[in-house]
Amino acid sequence: MSLKQGGYIPRDRGWQPDAFTPPYKTSVKRSPQAALLSMPTTLGEETGPVFGHDIIGAMDNDLIHNFAADGQSAIGPRIIVHGVVKDESGRPVPGALIEVWQANAGGRYRHKKEGYLGALDPNFGGCGRAITDETGHYEFRSIQPGPYPWPNGLNDWRPAHIHFSIFGLGFAQRLITQMYFEGDPHIPLCPIVGVLKSQEAFDALTAPLDMNRTVPMDARAFKFDITLRGRRQTYFENRPEGL
Amino acid sequence: MPQVLHNLRETPSQTAGPYVHIGCTPNFTGIDIYGGDLGKCMKTGPVKGQEITIKGTVFDGTGTPLRDAMIEIWQADAEGLFNSPEETRGDADPNFTGWGRSPGDMETGEFIFETVKPGAVPFPDGRLQAPHITFWVVARGINIGLHTRLYFEDEADANAADPILTRIEHQNRIPTLLAKSEGSGTYRFDIHLQGAGETIFFDI
Ligand SMILES: [Fe+2]
Repeated sequence: MSLKQGGYIPRDRGWQPDAFTPPYKTSVKRSPQAALLSMPTTLGEETGPVFGHDIIGAMDNDLIHNFAADGQSAIGPRIIVHGVVKDESGRPVPGALIEVWQANAGGRYRHKKEGYLGALDPNFGGCGRAITDETGHYEFRSIQPGPYPWPNGLNDWRPAHIHFSIFGLGFAQRLITQMYFEGDPHIPLCPIVGVLKSQEAFDALTAPLDMNRTVPMDARAFKFDITLRGRRQTYFENRPEGL
Repeated sequence: MPQVLHNLRETPSQTAGPYVHIGCTPNFTGIDIYGGDLGKCMKTGPVKGQEITIKGTVFDGTGTPLRDAMIEIWQADAEGLFNSPEETRGDADPNFTGWGRSPGDMETGEFIFETVKPGAVPFPDGRLQAPHITFWVVARGINIGLHTRLYFEDEADANAADPILTRIEHQNRIPTLLAKSEGSGTYRFDIHLQGAGETIFFDI
């Protein structure tokens, strides 16, 4: 017998948000109503695209400068966001591609369909990306995004947030989420945060201020650790895996 | 008190929101960066097998096309091998990435993938699965990414023996997973999030 990687551990659907969450109105007509069909992961979910460090340009993880004119920088509170990507067993995930996007310091996105009257910052594009190192760590620099109003209720405001898209080693780990900032009073009011089922889940998306990583006279730091699905560790007995 | 397991919980999902394209396909939104958008091209040179085009639209429960979705696909090459470090059975076609990403058309929402018809891949118990492509759909209003699969309507024999298709209780829903040939290597695969023709989604 030898230890091998089994399939991915099923998603904890009692912890993850449901599809149908009426206070977040757009979910009402975009949520499947039939039960999801459960099945074990196969090669198509246990493999996945992996992106080499060579795709990452020197400025890709610096949102303060990656869209700015030469010698210019984005306006807003300068921040560092860093953390570790691990799997559910606590093992670091190296080589994970993280793509981020966010509004500018005034809460405005650079997008044709964006109608908020907040001003665009000519030196801020709002996207960045990084790949985790051998120890699962990532880091990027940005400006702290502003809260913004959105059409849901008549007076709904998103807490300041950064969107994250994460690839692990298997396509089963694919995840998109949002990071919030410690102390933001909008967090408990937001219908999108409210699709989460527990305070513990809110907390899992709330990045604390990390004074140890703050660069004096330059940028404050926030720490956002990410957990991706893990695989079963199993002793292999030359027996086909059952359903 | 028993010992503590110390397992971690998966990070909770949140919607990709209306501006997912800024982060994942920034060049599509007019932000000129990274030297191009990832996943736009699945072929990096001459590829093995039959080259095909997949077109489709994602519809909500009212029949309205989504124009703010992002669709990703992941598949084996023509010989059934994945271009992934986790692939241990052999080397996949080096000119085929197996991974595609589409923001859909800005006006119609239609997605298009220029890819190859995948070969058969074994199920964990060794039986062969019918050729298929994994789809992952995210958008505003979708709280956690939706997994589904494209199978080919013109692979009736393989589909009839597929370990997943054969265990679906409501066999009358299987057509929601079948891409229909439109001739000259083009297939249509529409995705319905809700309603009478709701696509089968997987918890996988
Ligand atoms: Fe946002």
